Amino acid sequence: MNNSLPFGRDAQRAERVSLSFNLKTNTMSDEQIRNLEEIFEARIARDEKIEPKDWMPEKYRKTHIRQMSQHAHSEIVGMLPEGNWISRAPSLRRKAALLAKVQDEAGHGLYLYSACETLGVSRDELYEQLHSGKAKYSSIFNYPTVSWADMGAVGWLVDGAAIINQVPLCNTSFGPYARAMVRVCKEESFHQRQGFEIMLKLCNGSPEQKEMAQDALNRWWWPSLMMLGPTDAESIHTEQSMKWKLKRKSNDDLRQQFIDQTVPQADLLGLTIPDPDMKFNEETGSYDFGEINWDEFWQVVKGHGPCNKKRMKDRVGAWEEGAWVRDAAMAHAEKNEAKKLKKAI
Amino acid sequence: MKQNNLYNYILSIADNSLILGQRLGELCGHGPTLETDIAGTNISLDLIGQCRNYYQYAAKVQGEGKTEDDLAFLRLEREYKNVLLVEQPNDHFGYVMGRQYLFDVFHLLFMNDMLNSKDETLAAIAKKGIKEVSYHKRFSGDWVKRLGDGTEESKAKMQEAIDDLWTYTDELFDMTEADKAMVSEGVGVDVSKLKEGYYKEVSQLLAEADLTVPESKYFTRGGKKGIHSEHMGYLLADLQYMQRTYPNMEW
Amino acid sequence: MSKNWPLWEIFVRSKNGLEHRHFGSLHAADAEMALVNARDVYTRRSEGVSIWVVESKDITASNPEHNGELFEPAQDKVYRHPTFYDLPDEVKHM
Repeated sequence: MNNSLPFGRDAQRAERVSLSFNLKTNTMSDEQIRNLEEIFEARIARDEKIEPKDWMPEKYRKTHIRQMSQHAHSEIVGMLPEGNWISRAPSLRRKAALLAKVQDEAGHGLYLYSACETLGVSRDELYEQLHSGKAKYSSIFNYPTVSWADMGAVGWLVDGAAIINQVPLCNTSFGPYARAMVRVCKEESFHQRQGFEIMLKLCNGSPEQKEMAQDALNRWWWPSLMMLGPTDAESIHTEQSMKWKLKRKSNDDLRQQFIDQTVPQADLLGLTIPDPDMKFNEETGSYDFGEINWDEFWQVVKGHGPCNKKRMKDRVGAWEEGAWVRDAAMAHAEKNEAKKLKKAI
Repeated sequence: MKQNNLYNYILSIADNSLILGQRLGELCGHGPTLETDIAGTNISLDLIGQCRNYYQYAAKVQGEGKTEDDLAFLRLEREYKNVLLVEQPNDHFGYVMGRQYLFDVFHLLFMNDMLNSKDETLAAIAKKGIKEVSYHKRFSGDWVKRLGDGTEESKAKMQEAIDDLWTYTDELFDMTEADKAMVSEGVGVDVSKLKEGYYKEVSQLLAEADLTVPESKYFTRGGKKGIHSEHMGYLLADLQYMQRTYPNMEW
Repeated sequence: MSKNWPLWEIFVRSKNGLEHRHFGSLHAADAEMALVNARDVYTRRSEGVSIWVVESKDITASNPEHNGELFEPAQDKVYRHPTFYDLPDEVKHM
């Protein structure tokens, strides 16, 4: 009978700790905090989900707000380089698909901001962090989209790299983030295909079209590799993030996975990866690749990429130009509420 | 072409959806909130979907083996027959919602009539479109009310947009040769008969929104004859860029 | 002076016969707008046939601090579950 009782040792201890923890006076001894943290880590190790109102270490909360909001910012800044081609899409079918894709990115930003908001930060605060330059977003969106083929390359490579990062997050420890990611991944499944199909069409088309595709691959290849983050040696948050399941594989492993899955696709398209050192390694069963220009990566991350300023200008501009609209909607809602109250009296 | 009138008629309806869809598409990522961006894109997608149906049908009627894209992208400015209203730029959100609402009211009346068309394809497109357009009108009408009633600033901006766009409303009810021919065959909608209901409905909503119905009796027309505003050339430059630069290719 | 649009929780019924399920949240100035936004945000892929919207601040939630007293007393009431009762193998369906 005893086995059927759900009270493990951790649970009993959690109860003891929580009973002796007086929320109102907010006094917790270091030992109590250590106990809570131990129990907390054990829950995650058991694959239990953490929900917003559960006790959590302050660092967990902060790290999650940072990662989820960066992710959300990346989605909405990511709308801009692709939005750039909606009005110039070459066919109605492509126009509709691109519109739907960029719209999804708005949706994904929205889901992720909502997940952040469960931790008590408002979307407006998060916007403020983005607009003031305090918050980061994926550096890849600071590159320009200069040809139609870039819509193909972005879908194929950038979404391809993003999916590698995102699929494992469906199992991350924080419930709202995991749920948002399940929805995101389900919806994203068409994004990469959409991009690959654009590339395929170009590669099977005229010499000009194929050249356009190769040119796009040349420009997007290296930034896509950088997008998966600095090398493990330089990555600061990795160990803690692994424990909290915010990350399941290291940046270098993800990069290798991305390269190994993408090179055969490039072959299929008949395109050349712009890396003379790219070579299949029989021993490892993976592709060896050349040196990544990390100076370029840090330059872009620090705000000096080709489009950082333009992207922020567009975001801030949309937000500021929309202020009167948001205010008007609020004022209208309040007037209506007041009218209803008056009627009730 | 035997069915020249039908062909021209379909194109003129299709162009309204295409050009308005194109305008809304320009906004994606630049709206006042994420929620409005998503909503605006949905409307744009509905309109693009409608115009595809029309163009495919027009290509079939024409019988020269052309595709929807040939018709959507490769005509001269004069050959686009959309009303001037839908090509007006996204000056600010008040213009976007005002333009949308002023078109949506017409569009729904139009579709409701087209449902009875003797042409089965047009009737079928209308059947599907009515649901989409009803939603568009609800969305844009709500926003016109919100902005009209909201703050002093929003009221001024919404009124400005309505005043500026009003001049393009009367053209909606002009009957072209193709219109007349199609009405006589029981295929087309007699848009001249929609006028009274249109202004009644619009005026009612503007009053609800605490906005003034413009009194101007001066109207601007031309789109239906292919004579467009200065904005149209730029819109087409974007729309046609790829097809013009790289002719005869598949995408 | 700007006041932010409040947060709303969105519940969607995927098809008749099923309950409304929490789908996520969004911002809207009022309930009407929340409904319309929910339609555009959460049912783009035909995910729903009915939507409820509730302003987030109107939801009262239990506190995990009290999970012990709220939920654990139910855990040892094994007699509420059919597996608690011994039946001879001959009784196949009950």
